[in-house]
Amino acid sequence: MAQQFKDRKTRGFPNGKRAGLLKGIVVWAAALLAAFFPGTGFASYDYIDITNPFLRKIPLAVQPFKISDRTPENEASAAEAVRLISHTLEFTGYFEIIDPEAFLVDSANPPILRPNIQFANWTGIGAELLITGGFHMKNGLMEIELRLFDTFKQRLVVGKKYRALPRDLRRIVHRYCSAILFSLTGSRGYFDSDIAFVSNGTGNKEVFICDFDGVNPRQFTKNRAITLFPAWSSDRKWIAYTAYNRGKPDLYIKNATRQRGYVLDRKGINTDPAWVPGRFELAATLSFSGDQEIYLLTGTGKIIKRLTQRRGIDVSPTWSPDGKRMAFVSKRSGTPQIHIKTMATGAVERLTFSGRYNTQPDWSPKGDRIAYTAMRGGQSNIFLIRLDGGDPVQLTQNAGDNEAPSWAPDGSLIAFSSTREGPSRIYVMTAYGTDQRRLLSMPGEQSNPAWSPNGIYTKVLSGS
Amino acid sequence: MRKKLWIHLALLLVIPGLLFTASCAKKTVKSDTSAAAAAVEEQQRQTDKAAAQAAQEREQQAEAEAAAQLAEETAERDEMIQKNMFESESIYFEFDSAALSPMAQSVLEGKANYLRDNPGAQVIIEGHCDERGTPEYNLALGDRRAESAKNFLVNLGIDIARFTTVSYGEENPVDTGSNEEAWAKNRRAKFLVE
Repeated sequence: MAQQFKDRKTRGFPNGKRAGLLKGIVVWAAALLAAFFPGTGFASYDYIDITNPFLRKIPLAVQPFKISDRTPENEASAAEAVRLISHTLEFTGYFEIIDPEAFLVDSANPPILRPNIQFANWTGIGAELLITGGFHMKNGLMEIELRLFDTFKQRLVVGKKYRALPRDLRRIVHRYCSAILFSLTGSRGYFDSDIAFVSNGTGNKEVFICDFDGVNPRQFTKNRAITLFPAWSSDRKWIAYTAYNRGKPDLYIKNATRQRGYVLDRKGINTDPAWVPGRFELAATLSFSGDQEIYLLTGTGKIIKRLTQRRGIDVSPTWSPDGKRMAFVSKRSGTPQIHIKTMATGAVERLTFSGRYNTQPDWSPKGDRIAYTAMRGGQSNIFLIRLDGGDPVQLTQNAGDNEAPSWAPDGSLIAFSSTREGPSRIYVMTAYGTDQRRLLSMPGEQSNPAWSPNGIYTKVLSGS
Repeated sequence: MRKKLWIHLALLLVIPGLLFTASCAKKTVKSDTSAAAAAVEEQQRQTDKAAAQAAQEREQQAEAEAAAQLAEETAERDEMIQKNMFESESIYFEFDSAALSPMAQSVLEGKANYLRDNPGAQVIIEGHCDERGTPEYNLALGDRRAESAKNFLVNLGIDIARFTTVSYGEENPVDTGSNEEAWAKNRRAKFLVE
């Protein structure tokens, strides 16, 4: 089984560079330390097969932590850390978390370092990866050591040491899981991202925001009016959305952390914001001309130029990661279909040809595919289409209406809404359509998820 | 004897005379009272007549007022009925279409008549969709439905400045059911007088 872990590429990772990377990570009010372990100068890339990473999940064991001072509080914190690590890694879809009941280890005093770990005990129960943890409380700060081992190669993959306030446990775990994912996939994951969505639990549709895993939902808008289509700027500092505060659909551009922003309220509709990657500019659909066209706007809501020129509905812009192309929905050929405009030449090409109703495009962060919603036989489902051609791949089926795909920032997961359990709720699946699960439970119905970019410094804690 | 005769004769003459006198006097008296009564009666009659006339006038006035009020109420009611009809009668669309059916066009012609009769009326046209399809596209489609109703009315000569359009997409269904009947009711343009 060890040969599953192909080691074709390894990347040198000098300790000095690692320290520099970690210096950039700030957990507020907490010190964060990197500990360097002997023999871990390399991080390998290819544990997870990029072409089909979710086909075979890697069996992974999270060993109970070694606790220096076994008080009930410390034991509870350590147990919570184990639960969080297991939950977070399982969420990715890459791992199968092994039931602790199967462990062959002294849970009161588990070895956490290499010479003492009996790897055969882990390979024997099928664990290909093992996480060990050490927990120590000192002056009100937690010190947590975390190590990921390849049990077949008996090798340390990634080890870190963190010191932080107990309330920052979740952030420590996310930071470590990000390091694990980076060492296994080359991508840092999405563990500091948020998901904005629309919920009508208060009696009106309002924008809410939760963590990437559905935890900690909080209300962002308090418009007491229909509020739709949240969209994050790529620096994550701005959220644009459509709201009926003044009795018609206007475009609001709000600072994600402060109470300020801009409104575009021309006659007709002002809707469908999509931020240009890396710029304080966004595309949106406006109909003041009497025709629904996509315009490029400044981040303050001023029109820069019109981007679509054909009579008929043009809506739902989404940008390629390099900002050089824009996909959108147009009815120019008689039915709503996804088209792509190349900004430099102005050329527009039709992308979808099968079916009579293809809408809600969302360009993948890797740039090679577009997720969208196709309605066939009266049912909506999520599809993926490659930009270089080929048949669309259907990701959802026979489970109510599935709409509004939104890519996770690393392109591995897709959030969407589904009526498979009756009311519309937010779900998450892998980019291969596997591991479909509900993200959160809330009163009312939820729709229109919008996955934020990663962002270390600008986490939205509460809104206006 | 002859004397007796004269007395008898005299009596014969006098008594009726007396009688006559008495009757005359009586008659005079009687005549006086009847004149006064007549005067009173006349006065009464005059009063009655005036009263009757006044009453009649009042009645007529009241009737006129009632009639006027009725007319006003009728007019108001008619106006209200017309306004209600104007507002309650929506036009309906096919799935994924903002094209006006012949039925929708005839409803719009009625609305144009109303707008000509009520030149002060400002109108909000709401465009709506059924729940199928996706909300972004439906918001645009609702906008097109409202615009196509507006453009038809403008082509019938109604001032474009009298219209405001608002698209609600699929956000405000009249029927929350998930069936053909509900969808057909929800694919509509609705009219409101400001």
